[in-house]
Amino acid sequence: MNVIVKNLTKYYGQQRAVDNLTFEVKTGEILGFLGPNGAGKTTTMKAIAGYITPTDGTIIVGKYSVADNPSKVKQLIGYLPEHNPLYTDMTVIDYLRYMAQLQLIRADKINDRILEMVNVCGLEGEKHKRIGELSKGYRQRVGLAQALIHDPQVLILDEPTTGLDPNQIVEIRELIRRVGREKTIILSSHILAEVEATCNRILIINKGHIVADGTADQLRKAEQGAELVRITIEDAYRDLVINTLRQVETIDFVDTVKGKNDSFEVHGMPGTSCRRDIYTTCVENGWLLTELTPVETKLEDVFRELTK
Amino acid sequence: MKLVWTMACQELRSYFDSLTAYVLLVLFLGFSGIFTWVYGSDIFMYGQASLQMFFSVAYITLFLLIPALTMRSIAEEMKTGTIEMLLTKPITCRQIVLGKYLAIIMLIAIVLVLTLPYYISVSLLGNVDHGAVICGYFGLLLMSSAYAGIGLFASSITNNQIISFMLALIIGIFFHLIFGIIGRQIGGGLGLIAVGLDMNSHFDSIARGVIDSKDIVYFASLTFAGIFLAEQSLKSKIL
Repeated sequence: MNVIVKNLTKYYGQQRAVDNLTFEVKTGEILGFLGPNGAGKTTTMKAIAGYITPTDGTIIVGKYSVADNPSKVKQLIGYLPEHNPLYTDMTVIDYLRYMAQLQLIRADKINDRILEMVNVCGLEGEKHKRIGELSKGYRQRVGLAQALIHDPQVLILDEPTTGLDPNQIVEIRELIRRVGREKTIILSSHILAEVEATCNRILIINKGHIVADGTADQLRKAEQGAELVRITIEDAYRDLVINTLRQVETIDFVDTVKGKNDSFEVHGMPGTSCRRDIYTTCVENGWLLTELTPVETKLEDVFRELTK
Repeated sequence: MKLVWTMACQELRSYFDSLTAYVLLVLFLGFSGIFTWVYGSDIFMYGQASLQMFFSVAYITLFLLIPALTMRSIAEEMKTGTIEMLLTKPITCRQIVLGKYLAIIMLIAIVLVLTLPYYISVSLLGNVDHGAVICGYFGLLLMSSAYAGIGLFASSITNNQIISFMLALIIGIFFHLIFGIIGRQIGGGLGLIAVGLDMNSHFDSIARGVIDSKDIVYFASLTFAGIFLAEQSLKSKIL
């Protein structure tokens, strides 16, 4: 089920949270929503979930518009809000039953769905406990269980792994990837490694605008432009190495590495690869090449560069 | 409709789970029991097999207790953020408010059913005007309904329960007392309107066994206004 966001704009009073945002998410895509604090991630997600009314723009889920058919859309969406508000006085089972009833699941299916969610989200041992007694990680699982209880076509998860321990994070990521195969998932996070591990598409927004859109690899390539290789050459004079390498056609310029006498950073010409040429140059001059590592721009760098 | 019922059942259950319902039962039955049977101008002083005494005590007790019931209903959902969970489900603002209203009415009905032994005892003591008793209970339900509407509205405009409680009492006391006093003081056309807004006269005529359409309209419009304003204020809160 496709989610189409068109010209979404949202003002809070005078403050513009989201500015003319347009994007589309297709079935099977896990879209990672990245951005610094206050970029408009949560606002956009709340607008898709139908919790806030956009100042301008349309959101279409499947064939329904959020503005015209809110109840229909809400039945298609599973939503986990940022702070994961729960009724702390209720037991896990009671809470899930209540949420299932609110999602208009047929009465004879409710028990099956609850049991399935308890299994999928690993709540077996906690199902009769009051939610107030649960640790943050388990509460997060309860939140995820209520988002999934009606088997929604679209999942909107606002920072789903906050407060989880590393094992739980891995489990939740696994779960998201598993359910993500036939569903549309939009998840936000400020942990870049997480987005890279779970999502097959990344959308970076800043100050309400989209600043980047693509897979993690595409974003890195776009940001990096030219190839960057780190090399270590032993048994050679430093200046000679620099001068010789500079004359190679595919190499733009060569930097030294601080604190290391025989290491260099080689910047290639855009659109070419210089690794082959580095090797042949070393062979011709009889230098000992002990390291040749392509340096990838980290997603962190891309993020910082784009959201400065 | 199904969602309203789901909401109402959940609310009612949470009143019992959180002990609010039991505290209410003890307070209401305690107060009305003491003043009806034991203390002051009780039934035995009255000298007639009538529940008039009980109805006037219940009228005041409910006026004080209903804001305590309604204060958390919407305010707490907004404070803990669970309203976000609700409103991203297929349930609408109106269904939420109606469900919560229904839960309060059901709870009051349970409380009133538990006072039926009073009725049975009195009817064993003498000839009771059964019509008047039924009307009295009906009147209590109507006034509860009006105060539940007011309370829900008060609960929907703040996320602080204490403020919501106070506000419901302040609005309530206008209908309970102040409009009557003002109306009798100033007289004239405005005075008539103020007297018309006073709840006592409407309740008294029903409790005496006279069911007039204008009294029904009075309570129904108060209830409706409360629920409508609560829905509007809930809608405006979520932007």
